Amino acid sequence: MISIHSVVFFILTLLLAPILPGVINKVKAFFGGKMGPPVLQLYYDIAKLMRKSATYSQTSSLVTRLAPVVIFFSTLGAGLFVPSFFREASCRFAGDVVLMAYLLGIGRFFMVIAAMDRGSAFEGMGASREVLYSALAEPAFFCGLLVLINETGDLSLSGIFNGLSLELWRQNPAIMLLIAVSWMIVLLTENARIPVDDPNTHLELTMIHEVMILDYSSKDLGLIEYASALKLWLFSSLLVGLIISAGAVPPYLHIPVFLFGILAVAVVIGCVESTIARLRLIHIPKFIVGSGALAIIALILKIAGN
Amino acid sequence: MKNTLLLKNGSSAKLENVPVIEAEGFRKHLTVQIQKGGRLSALFLVPGDSQARLFAIVSHDHTSELEVFSCLCGRKFNALTPILPQAHWFEREIAEIHGIEMVGHPWMKPIRFQPKAGQNVEIIPGATSYFEVKGEEVHEVGVGPVHAGIIEPGHFRFQCHGEKVFHLEIELGYQHRGIERAIPVSQPQKVIRLMETAAGDTSIGHATAYAMNVEALAGLKLSQNAAIIRSVALELERMANHTGDLGALAGDVGFLPTAAYCGRIRGDILNTTGLICGNRFGRGLIRTGGVGYEIDAELKKAILDKLALVEADLRSAINLIWDTPSVVSRFEETGLVSREDAIAAGLVGPAARACGVSIDIRLSHAFAAYGRIKPELALGRQGDVNGRATVRWLEIQDSLCLIRAMLEELSAEKAGCSMPKAELATDSLAVSLAEGWRGEICHVAITDSKGNLKSYKIVDPSFHNWFGLALALRNQEISDFPLCNKSFNLSYCGHDL
Repeated sequence: MISIHSVVFFILTLLLAPILPGVINKVKAFFGGKMGPPVLQLYYDIAKLMRKSATYSQTSSLVTRLAPVVIFFSTLGAGLFVPSFFREASCRFAGDVVLMAYLLGIGRFFMVIAAMDRGSAFEGMGASREVLYSALAEPAFFCGLLVLINETGDLSLSGIFNGLSLELWRQNPAIMLLIAVSWMIVLLTENARIPVDDPNTHLELTMIHEVMILDYSSKDLGLIEYASALKLWLFSSLLVGLIISAGAVPPYLHIPVFLFGILAVAVVIGCVESTIARLRLIHIPKFIVGSGALAIIALILKIAGN
Repeated sequence: MKNTLLLKNGSSAKLENVPVIEAEGFRKHLTVQIQKGGRLSALFLVPGDSQARLFAIVSHDHTSELEVFSCLCGRKFNALTPILPQAHWFEREIAEIHGIEMVGHPWMKPIRFQPKAGQNVEIIPGATSYFEVKGEEVHEVGVGPVHAGIIEPGHFRFQCHGEKVFHLEIELGYQHRGIERAIPVSQPQKVIRLMETAAGDTSIGHATAYAMNVEALAGLKLSQNAAIIRSVALELERMANHTGDLGALAGDVGFLPTAAYCGRIRGDILNTTGLICGNRFGRGLIRTGGVGYEIDAELKKAILDKLALVEADLRSAINLIWDTPSVVSRFEETGLVSREDAIAAGLVGPAARACGVSIDIRLSHAFAAYGRIKPELALGRQGDVNGRATVRWLEIQDSLCLIRAMLEELSAEKAGCSMPKAELATDSLAVSLAEGWRGEICHVAITDSKGNLKSYKIVDPSFHNWFGLALALRNQEISDFPLCNKSFNLSYCGHDL
């Protein structure tokens, strides 16, 4: 039951995704008193990368070549289930939340084994950090979803987000706020943003996400960069869908309000990155586990409320 | 002959007056002097016709004296390092250049990978044995010599357990250009050019130390104005580098505002140096016997106006560091060096002051205009990244006061350059210390019987401090290495020469 409508919105999502990093960078440039790169910079970068030819390390195997494609398509696949613009996603079925989360997981798995494939000490360290932090972020994401599933009685992402309304926020402001904050932390973790990771750093020893793609060039890098931007868009979509519930927006305002929401998320990320320093690596797990704790509190409140 | 010769900073003595002690007595005397609170500023070998002569320069900070003594050295020398860790790097250097066997040295390997005197074999930098920790859970991480940022080449090898660093070994030498060897064979008027590039960010510091030596050997007296202009330039150099480093420290922890603004302000300070001599790094400003450029009333006003703007910007940009808890929590307890270790390893400059060690050549061995206008000693409470950052910020503020006070003292007469062709004293030794922005710069000049430079020794503060960085990383997280490294910001080329 794929409607033309949802396909149009999916394509719109794919087209708009690379704008988010551009917005974040503009906000950061503003705080730094600089002009900053154009908002469309990532489009230019990807276009440039797609025209280049790749270089591979001699120590790398098939895994290195395969990973970018897997990362790209698994992220695309996850995107099929995420409702955006307050509409139904392109695909839905009961329990698609699990498929969506683990499609992203497959992408990460390939990124990690590709990083190990090259045998570089830096990439191995980055891979170990990535795996640890994403494992810690997982409970936060799912606990939040459990609350929403319990609330809306639906097991598909589209169903959950269609079922959200202002009424929910009015009845359980604490629960909803806890989930929103915990998902914001999950968003920062999953997308390698400050305070967990620093996307701008050139220091290999401190990197997490960036270090795993150090050896990629050309189309491979273009695919990975695009997939990262799309992943950021997907997580932002979920957050926007949670905070500005679908029921609260009249249908003719869906597109402008959603775009406003998603740009607001980018601006918030930009402000966070401009005003606080990155955490020390030993403190990062506490920060992420904190997000899980918030989600679990939300879940307990919810169950106690029932 | 008594076995000690005490000199003032920037003075010379006849070589025959430098005491020669037999090797065992030399070792004993040096050990006693260091235990009494002296610091080993330089230890170097000068090849002679019959036998090489080993010179030691010990700084006595309390009495403002530099003690010089020497011993004749054969092919073998009982290493001082086991009792005097400060001598560690110096002895490796001597062994590498002159092929002297350092008996009992605990970690003998090359530091610059240069061919031994008289040999012409190509040596690949970095190709040597490294300290290894063995075990199933231990892993080794090698960083460099090619880095991701635009910095100088150096190789860092970490022995890690997970994220924790057991040991860091630093291997340099990729920048070795042979500056010390080039000095005796260069035309005298060109030598100052070499000095200005010994460590590019310390042009004023090294040129000042060199000029002091030549002035001592030629018996020249610096005019008051020239001394002031030198000090002003030295303080500007200190401010510019400290500002750049504080910005880079903020950048390393991902704190954007300070990083962005300090980069610009550093440029403003460099431009102020540029106002004086036309070069942002002060090249051409220091001349033997004086300075190359004057500061008149108009320029003085321009400098003061620029500094007023710089100060306002600096205060708002740098205070942000200590107003932001997330930044302070990154700086505190990161890269700790204890006071005892700092003294034992012979650290100098802000790195030592951060550990609470009071060393400042401007105070202890006053030179240029520092005899009359004294700086405040900036001390840190704890030798961590926060301590080093605090010391730098205090010094920036102090430099502003110093520059203003010094410019007030400028008189109307010309600073001038009294050289240009004075003869150097024959068969003499001159030693000078200067406080560059990284710390103590020690230069020693030795002339031959015709008054030409026969041997010249440069000790950049980085030479003392690189080992301090290795100490700072003990039991730290490997991801904090860039931050620790930046808090020291040592010179690769100043070390490699």
